[in-house]
Amino acid sequence: MLCYTSLDILDIQWIWQFFSSGHTNNWAVLVCTSRFWFNYRHVANTLSVYRSVKRLGIPDSHIVLMLADDMACNHRNPKPATVFSHKNMELNVYGDDVEVDYRGYEVTVENFLRVLTGRLPPSTPRSKRLLSDDRSNILIYLTGHGGNGFLKFQDSEEISNVELADAFEQMWQKRRYNELLFIIDTCQGASMYERFYSPNIMALASSQVGEDSLSHQPDLAIGVHLMDRYTFYMLEFLEDIHPASKTNMNDLFKVCPKSQCVSTPGHRTDLFLRDPGSVLITDFFGSVRKVELTMDAINLTDPIKQMEEDPVNGEEQKEVYSYADQLPVSEIIHQKPKQKDWHPPDGFILGLWTLILLVFFKTYGIKHLKHIF
Amino acid sequence: MAITEVERRRGQLAALSIAAVVIIVGVPLWWRTTETYRAWLPVSQIKDLAKLQLHLSADVEVVFARGTVTPEQQKKVPLTQTQDEEHTVDGDLLMQFMILRSQNMKPYRTATIMEEDALKKPTAAEADLSLHMLSESPCGSLVVYVIPESSSLLPEDVNVYIGQRRTALVRISAQMRVGKTLEQLLAQLEPQIKQVLQVMSFSHTDITVALSDRVRFRPGNKESIADSMRAFKSSPGYEITFSLLNPDPKSHQLHWDIEGAVQTYIQPLLTKLSPLANFSMDSQTLYYTMLGVTPRFDSSFEAYTLNADSLAHVINPVEARLGSNAASSNPVLNFLLYVPDIRHSPLYIHDHRKQEVPSNAFHSPRWGGIMVYNVNGFYGSETEFPVHVNINMAKVMGVFLAQLRLLLGVQSLSPPPGFLVAPCGSTGLADWELDRLMWSRSVENIATATTTITSLAQLLDQIGNIVINDNIAQQVSSAVTSLQLAMAELEVGNLGFALQYSKEAILASEKAFFDPSLLHLLYFPDDQKFAIYIPLFLPMCVPILLSMLKIVSEARQRRREKQAKKE
Repeated sequence: MLCYTSLDILDIQWIWQFFSSGHTNNWAVLVCTSRFWFNYRHVANTLSVYRSVKRLGIPDSHIVLMLADDMACNHRNPKPATVFSHKNMELNVYGDDVEVDYRGYEVTVENFLRVLTGRLPPSTPRSKRLLSDDRSNILIYLTGHGGNGFLKFQDSEEISNVELADAFEQMWQKRRYNELLFIIDTCQGASMYERFYSPNIMALASSQVGEDSLSHQPDLAIGVHLMDRYTFYMLEFLEDIHPASKTNMNDLFKVCPKSQCVSTPGHRTDLFLRDPGSVLITDFFGSVRKVELTMDAINLTDPIKQMEEDPVNGEEQKEVYSYADQLPVSEIIHQKPKQKDWHPPDGFILGLWTLILLVFFKTYGIKHLKHIF
Repeated sequence: MAITEVERRRGQLAALSIAAVVIIVGVPLWWRTTETYRAWLPVSQIKDLAKLQLHLSADVEVVFARGTVTPEQQKKVPLTQTQDEEHTVDGDLLMQFMILRSQNMKPYRTATIMEEDALKKPTAAEADLSLHMLSESPCGSLVVYVIPESSSLLPEDVNVYIGQRRTALVRISAQMRVGKTLEQLLAQLEPQIKQVLQVMSFSHTDITVALSDRVRFRPGNKESIADSMRAFKSSPGYEITFSLLNPDPKSHQLHWDIEGAVQTYIQPLLTKLSPLANFSMDSQTLYYTMLGVTPRFDSSFEAYTLNADSLAHVINPVEARLGSNAASSNPVLNFLLYVPDIRHSPLYIHDHRKQEVPSNAFHSPRWGGIMVYNVNGFYGSETEFPVHVNINMAKVMGVFLAQLRLLLGVQSLSPPPGFLVAPCGSTGLADWELDRLMWSRSVENIATATTTITSLAQLLDQIGNIVINDNIAQQVSSAVTSLQLAMAELEVGNLGFALQYSKEAILASEKAFFDPSLLHLLYFPDDQKFAIYIPLFLPMCVPILLSMLKIVSEARQRRREKQAKKE
């Protein structure tokens, strides 16, 4: 039976909830791009944002966590299986149920861009994908070492601000986000959001172009700096937020003023459609679901069909599963080397020309030099 | 030693031939080996598609029962009539809705004897059933029976009855018939038939909502926007998970015949929806999972209550435990059945007005639904725990089926005044509701595929060093072909084929857009390109250039000497 209820004021307010933000689910992509023990603070930064985001309700299935190095199980960690974010080891952000999706050498520029644009090989499991749709609000947090217009990944490659802006534009073309909040905590972080041109992006950075982001405090027992200043004060700010709080983005912009941070945090809101004062923190950091009451039910009168057991007979085709051979030794021994693209060896061209010139002068004598020069 | 003429000539020839080799052989070789392979894409066709002129046509047959038209008028019934309506969406899209054009070229006709017998049945539902026995309309078409006002099929205040399949009964009023010519009668009937069409097939708002990808919505009809946010977007497959949450296994031992219930109640709906998408179902039981919110005891109801505001926080703690199928990336619909623990039984959901919600369930857009099932009525206080409880699956599935309908996009809109809509059958979906869904899904698929292909073409145009492999070009071509076929089928009115082609178009376009190889080359800024090439080419080019200059200056000197000699 379908019944139609008339709408009154309270129901209309219910519907207005939908339009305040326009999103139905939340995703978070948290990336730490640097490795080595002395970059402990970058891993701690990312894990503290992960912790806040999980506490405010985003489930692990909606978080893509990329950590370039393992600090908790590092040989130099005096307190194994912990990553601390406060001095005197007050807060262990590693916790009991951390789910790292991309770890160690899997954190590369290519993988990061593939996650953002969705161009992953078909064998990628669900937990490593960003399965957002046009009603998803995504939080992207990057931390590591950066410079004017680039961010360093793994000490061997970099991502430029143009590539990042292009990746966001591809996400927008395919409507992979409703609104995007981009937070970056590196030196000269503001340069990374200069080139954005897609709509509905809000960006925050820990320092302007030409400034360095500084770290917060070293811990004498662990021996390294534990966190960066901007993320430390942001974590303090987020600890006061609970899933039902109404704090808005303007308060987040005020986090870590120059007196505390030494660098000047910046933000960019010109691409964002809504007024930042009306955007709740929980729109990006939490996952507050919209809920509707189910008013109708269908009247079902048929009795349940009894499931009949199929008679087992010898002719039944049963799929026989077997464990895949993990190390196909015979294939490895007998396989031909893989065809790789041929590149000339380094310096080959220079060496070739040197050889040609040497032969020329040997044959015709040095006096012919003036024909050339 | 002085340079002899021969040696100088030899030097000039050497320099010239080196320069010639470099320019004629070297430069093209370098160009060919460093260019990226880009297969040909049908760019002009893609540009044409981007304009997206959709023609939607629905076949409507109007059958006049005895008593509605006089015998003379019967002879003059026109054979064909088409009606075009043009609608613009967001200014640059133009769509024409062509209606009233029948396949067999006879949109208006009078009822046959068997149809008259069917229309004499006592109630509208029975008439609908017997009419359906006589002929089955193909999907996308409608049959409207015009019955006289003397007919008793419809109650007093109802003028239009919409059946479970693809028929509608329209009653004309007395003043419409008396003394009017056929043209006037048809003209009076037209707005009612248009209204029927808007309810049963598609309306302007439906199409706008289906195109919400391309059209950034402006706050217009709030209900339809809420509908668009609630329903899942078109996808080739969906996964449905039924979960039974038992937080208190020490007190309740729950049994639910989920396999039988799914086979009996849910599977018919999903079979009916199979042209739209593939569905896969699974079920699980979770123990010791509490809701995230503590319910409060309300003494006026003698029960625990959850009010509507706290429902939003219920889902998140539960979702972490639900799990999902790791192998596929299809959207997941979760249906949870929560049996409250014995200390918080019975548990009721209250709305804003503190009234109990009859279904005791709520749903979240694009996620799924949760129903609270109280079992405290099944046992007294002296029984031995754990109590064995059999869950009434018919009641549970009734609620889940209603939620499933909403989440899949079957809109339960309020009909215009004077309309009576028959309840959906035991499958949970009326035929015309399926048609509605197919119309909007076809339009949505076509719009999405077009946007994907256009943006892919734009992207590949902008970024010059992305490799376009042959398989991507092939996917793009097949997507373009499928789109053109889908739009052609929509224009003719073959809804089934149109949907199929639109699904193929979406699959091909998504495969092309998300191909992993499209990320092969990263961005190289110009200054980095110079930094790479200069150390390679500069040492080679400097001697050649200098020798060229030397040759030119020597030639000029000789010419001057010759001129001086002449004078």
